This record gives sequence, C-alpha cells and structure tokens, in this order.
Amino acid sequence: MPSGGSPPPTLAPPADEARAGQAGARPLVTLPGRSRLRLSLRASRRLWLVVFLAPAGLLFATFITYPILSALAYSLFRWEGIGRREFIGLGNFVRLFSTFPYPRLLWNAFWHNVAVFVLTMVVQNLTALGLAVLLARGPRGARVYRVVFFLSVTLSLVIVGFLWGLFLNPIFGIVNKALAVAGLGHLARPWLGDPATALVTLVLVNAWRWLGFPTLVFLAGIHAVPDDYLEAARIDGASEWEVTRRIVLPLLAPAVTIIVILTFIGSFNWFELPYVMAGVAGAPNRATDVLGLFFYRMAFGEVDTGLQDIGIGSAIAVLMFALLAGVSTAGAVLLRRCEVEY
Amino acid sequence: MRRVLAVALGALLIATLAPVTRAQTPVKLTFWSWRTEDKWAYDRIIRVFEQRNPGIKVEFIPFRQVEYNTILSSALQAGRGPDIIHLRAYGGLEQFAAPGYLLPLDYDQVPELRRFPLQTLVGARSRKDGRIYGVPFATQTLVIFYNKRIFREAGVSPPRDWDGFLGLMKTLKDKGITPLANGGKDGWTLEVVSGVIAPNFYGGTTFYEAVTRGQTTFRDPVYTGAIAKLLDLRPYMPQGFMGVDYATMQQLFLNEQAAMFIGGAWEIGFFKQQNKTLEFDVFPGPPPRADQVPWVSSFADGNYGINAKTAHPEAALKFIRFTATTEFGQMFTDLLAQMSAVPGVVIKDPVLKRVQEMNRKATPYIMLVGFRWQTPTGSTLLQSALQAMMAGQMTPQQVGEEVTRGLAAWVDAFRR
Repeated sequence: MPSGGSPPPTLAPPADEARAGQAGARPLVTLPGRSRLRLSLRASRRLWLVVFLAPAGLLFATFITYPILSALAYSLFRWEGIGRREFIGLGNFVRLFSTFPYPRLLWNAFWHNVAVFVLTMVVQNLTALGLAVLLARGPRGARVYRVVFFLSVTLSLVIVGFLWGLFLNPIFGIVNKALAVAGLGHLARPWLGDPATALVTLVLVNAWRWLGFPTLVFLAGIHAVPDDYLEAARIDGASEWEVTRRIVLPLLAPAVTIIVILTFIGSFNWFELPYVMAGVAGAPNRATDVLGLFFYRMAFGEVDTGLQDIGIGSAIAVLMFALLAGVSTAGAVLLRRCEVEY
Repeated sequence: MRRVLAVALGALLIATLAPVTRAQTPVKLTFWSWRTEDKWAYDRIIRVFEQRNPGIKVEFIPFRQVEYNTILSSALQAGRGPDIIHLRAYGGLEQFAAPGYLLPLDYDQVPELRRFPLQTLVGARSRKDGRIYGVPFATQTLVIFYNKRIFREAGVSPPRDWDGFLGLMKTLKDKGITPLANGGKDGWTLEVVSGVIAPNFYGGTTFYEAVTRGQTTFRDPVYTGAIAKLLDLRPYMPQGFMGVDYATMQQLFLNEQAAMFIGGAWEIGFFKQQNKTLEFDVFPGPPPRADQVPWVSSFADGNYGINAKTAHPEAALKFIRFTATTEFGQMFTDLLAQMSAVPGVVIKDPVLKRVQEMNRKATPYIMLVGFRWQTPTGSTLLQSALQAMMAGQMTPQQVGEEVTRGLAAWVDAFRR
C-alpha cells in the first residue's frame, strides 16, 4: 500500500448498542451538576460522540478541509511569483489543460499513477494474498514470518527510499554487484536512471516496504471466516484449494475492498518515495513523474531549476482531490455490492 | 489639572525609559539562508559586523536547501519571515520582488552598490520595475575540474581544443580510468554540462543576445549542434551514468575514481574540505579550435535582501550595506573559497584565481540568466530534455524544439 493510506473508516457502532440507543428511554447516565441532570441514552451518546469527535474534527478541519478549500480558492486567482493577484475564474485550469507543456505533463503523471495502482495491485496485493493464504494454514514458524513480513512496514519511508537508492546506485550499489556475482552482469543497469525501468523499480521498492500490511489485513480476514464453513466443506470432501477458492476468497471481500481503496488512494497520492528516490523533477525525463510530484513542483518550485506557479499547482491539487474523492466513493459503493454476507 | 500632570508624568516616564531600553536590548535581526554548510563562516562574518555595530545582533538561520523556498515563501505570504533574506538571483529573486515582499534598495541607501558592475546587478534587479532588491554575494562560473595526479600519471595535460579533449578522455579510458565523474540522474547537473560545453559551439554571448532578443530560438541549428556535443561525452562517463546522481559524482571525483568533474566553481571549497590531499585544478570548456579563447558560462549566484515587512529596516539596511563592502567580500572569499561579487576582493586561492582569469571571456549561463523568469523555465524544460537525449530517447533537434515550444508559453517571440 503506497504512502501510509489513511486509517480505515470509523467503525459503525455495534448493532445491539445501536438498537439500545433507539429504545432510548432508560435514563442511564448522570452528569455532575447542581440539578443532577439526567440525560436520555441517546442524548448522552450524542454528547459523548461530540466530545470524542471534536478534537479529530477540529484537526481535520484545520489541516484537511481548510487547505483543500484554500487550494480551491487559490486556483481561481492569477499569481505573480508568490503574490496573489486578481480573480481569473478557471484560467489556471484552462492553462493546465491547454498550454504546452502542462497538458502533456498532467496526462503523463496521471497515467503513471494509474500504472502504479495496477502494478501495485498485481505485484504487492496478489503476493500479499498468496502469503496470507499460506500463513493461514499455519506452517511452522508462521508467527515469525508474520513479523518478518511486517517488519519493513515499520521502517520510515524516507529511510527505505534512501537505502534502496544506495542499493540501486550503478557504481556503489549492491544490486548490480549481486547480479554480477550471480553471473547476470548483463542485466545490470542504472535502475533509477533508465527511463524504461525507473517507475517499475520504484513500484517494486514500494511493494517491498508495504507488503506486510495487506498480508496482515488478508490474514485477519481469513481468520474471521467461521470454522464451521471450512469444516462443513472439508466434510463434504473439498480439497484445501477448493476450500480456499470457494469459501475463503469470497468471504474475504470486505478485506479486498479496504485494500483496493487504500491502494487506490495511496497510488494517486504517491509522493514520498518518488520524491526521495527520483527527486522532485520525476527524473529521468518525467519517467517517474506522478500527480503528487507535479503538484509539488508547480506549487513550491524546484530548487535551482524552476519557479513556483501557485495557480497551476492549486489547480492540480483540486483535480487530485476531486479524482480521489470521486473514485474512492464510487469504488467503495461498487465493491461493497460485491461483498458476500455470511 | 490632575490630568495634565498625569500626562506630563507619563511622558517623562516614557522619555526616561526609552533610551535605556534602546541601549539595553539590542535590535535582533534574523537572517535566513539555505547555506547550512556555510553557517560557521557566516557566524564568523556576523561577529565582525556585531563588533562594529553594538546594539545590533544578527542570527544566521539556515534551512535545508530543498525546503528553503517553501519555508520562505510560506513565511512571507503569512506576513512574517526573517529581516535579512538570502535570495537567489534573476527569476528566483523576481518571484519575491515582483509581488512586493522585498524592500527595494537604491544607490542612495546602499551607495556601495555603485561599485558593482551592471552585469552583476542584473541578477538583483526586478524586471517588473527595474529596481534593485539585493546585494549580490557571489559570481559563479562553470568549469571542468581535473585531478592533477591522475593527469600526471597518465601523461596528459588539459586540452586546448575539443578534439584534444576527446583524445585525452580516450587515453584515460584506455588506461582503465573513468574520465568523467558526471552522470545524468540529477537533471541540473546535465544543464551545467551543457553550460560548460555548448557556449563554445553556439558562439557564446552573440547567440545569447540573439535568442534573448527573440531574433532566433533554441531550434536554431547553431544551438542544437552545440548541445549535440554532449553526446560525444557519453562513452567517457561512468558505467550506468544515467543512474549517477550529484552526490555520487562528487564522491567519484573526491575519491579519485574519476579524472574530471564538469561543474561549478562553488565545488572548490567543498572539494578542499572533503579531501585535503586531492590535487585538482580547472580548465574551461574546450573551444572547437585551439587558437580560440574559450567562453565560460557565468552567473550571479544570489543576493542578500531585506524583508519589506521587517520591524527594523534601519538595522537591516546597516547589515545589507556591510555585505556590500570589500571587507565582507574578502572574508566571504577567504572563508568559503567562492568568488565574491563585491568588486576589489583579492583572491588568494590559486584555483579560484584561475577561474577569475577565465571570467574575462564570460557569457551568461543561458537558461538561468535569460529564461528562468516565468514558468515553465528554460532550465526545467532543458534538464528533462537533456536527460532524454543522454538516455537516447530524443535527438538534439527534438531538445531544441521541446525547449522552444515550452518557453513559448511566456516568451512571445518564440510563438510561431
């Protein structure tokens, strides 16, 4: 899962509590105070919800909602250097979609995001699913493997990027040296400097870092499948593969939904790893450019290379937000429909 | 009556207190910069200033280079920021000057500026109103560094023309030495290589003047033919050079694993500091014929400016005037081994001295000086296109086309 996907949506209250809330007549909670005010359960639940959600809501409003709204506002103005000038409506969007080289850069970055999503789904999440299925069968040392697979997730992404940057260095790096030792020296190449391999290399490093996360989610999903079903299937004479294929995988749909959506958000918000390993320019020649880098470059400039264009940068941010919010919501609804209840 | 008395007493109180507070709490100026590695030198220079100007304290606060612009522009937009600002030159200064975040300086406020050559001040001038917004601090020149020991042992000497250069690199390569440390992973290092090699083939300032006046474009075969010369260097770059980044380039040259390093004179101080036994010198990008005096690309590195919103404009101006003195320039050059922009500084470092001599035939570093004023900048376009060219994905003609088309977004003359 790229770039630390946001935490899963808040869990819905357990069904029985919700029902109790609707009944709502029994006064349960007493608050300190002169009148020893008695609140209905529903009201007290509301109060506690507010109390617990307020800090998070406040943070969310300050650091998410406000920046998004201000980006939207910024994108509607002309900018002179870092100074805001007059209102120009959709002028920045028009420029982004029509003035060379912006449209080409935009689509180039967008398709790279798509490629990152597809590749991550195939390389990282399919591998994770396979590993989870294997681990669920409880091989010897399953616990050790679980820890080992998850270990890289705990590393800072910046450290991962820096280390792999060293490993992949064409002169000092161990990757090409290992290839040479293995007699595969002809495969050695500047992995991050070759436009043909740079993006795929980044996706693989990213998958190395994140593999443990979907593995654990899938494993938890598999463990949640009631044993009765599995036993019933086995008694009916199903092979292990058939049990996995016909019982476990269909019931794993909720975990798949979460992973697909988080991978999507992560892929389209991808920034840290390409920034650390390929630089803000999406080198070489935009081969690793993604929307996040393109946005950052335009909004904040490139050191010793390019200037800020806050109007275009904000326009990209608005488009990214619209794309992410739209597709994630649609995806969640669609995938939920495919989930099987048990 | 009582009221009058109270006012009088109050006024007296303020009058007696004011000078005391002014004398006791010195004005404190903050000075932001991206030069983390130069902090020690700035601290020493600032101490000299503080001794001369009791009552003014200056705090030098450097930020990481890649984050500096973001931090600075956020602070300025929020109406804050430092009193003294380390600024880049040309378009990098313009993006702060044009919207009014900097205090304009004129010859009356900073009379020392009169001594600066006009070409140096171009980097401190806003194109919008033509006023000066900073004191230039350094002039940078693009050169070729070479390892004297490796050259000596290989029996070669700095080349006098392009063919000599290629022959020298072949000799080194045949002896198993990597001739060039340069790579292509960081696009800006390729732009630097083009800044060293190309001017001698496109004719230096003549072409610069023509292209900045809109009389020609980067599609001109004179230009594309010049950058095509970079392709001749590929066989002499390190193995897998497209994956070689700036830090690796420096390591290769510092550890004497490569004989030459095409870069900027700002490396001199770093090279000396990192490897005290490294014997190195510089030569200019070789011209086509041995009887020609070579062009070197040079540019004003940046400026010291004043935040328009500073609470202490007088103290800040005092400091800015100090940075324009020969005394400051001399300390700057001696401590950092960089060519101060202040006139009259005596250069003692032998390598830097040679750079200064080469500067007699200097041409503006073309994209930075002429085409980094609006987005997309010439540098952004050229760096990516050069990566594509060096990786074999683009021809020099396509590079010229790409750069010209991109610049047409804001250079009217480039629109066909």
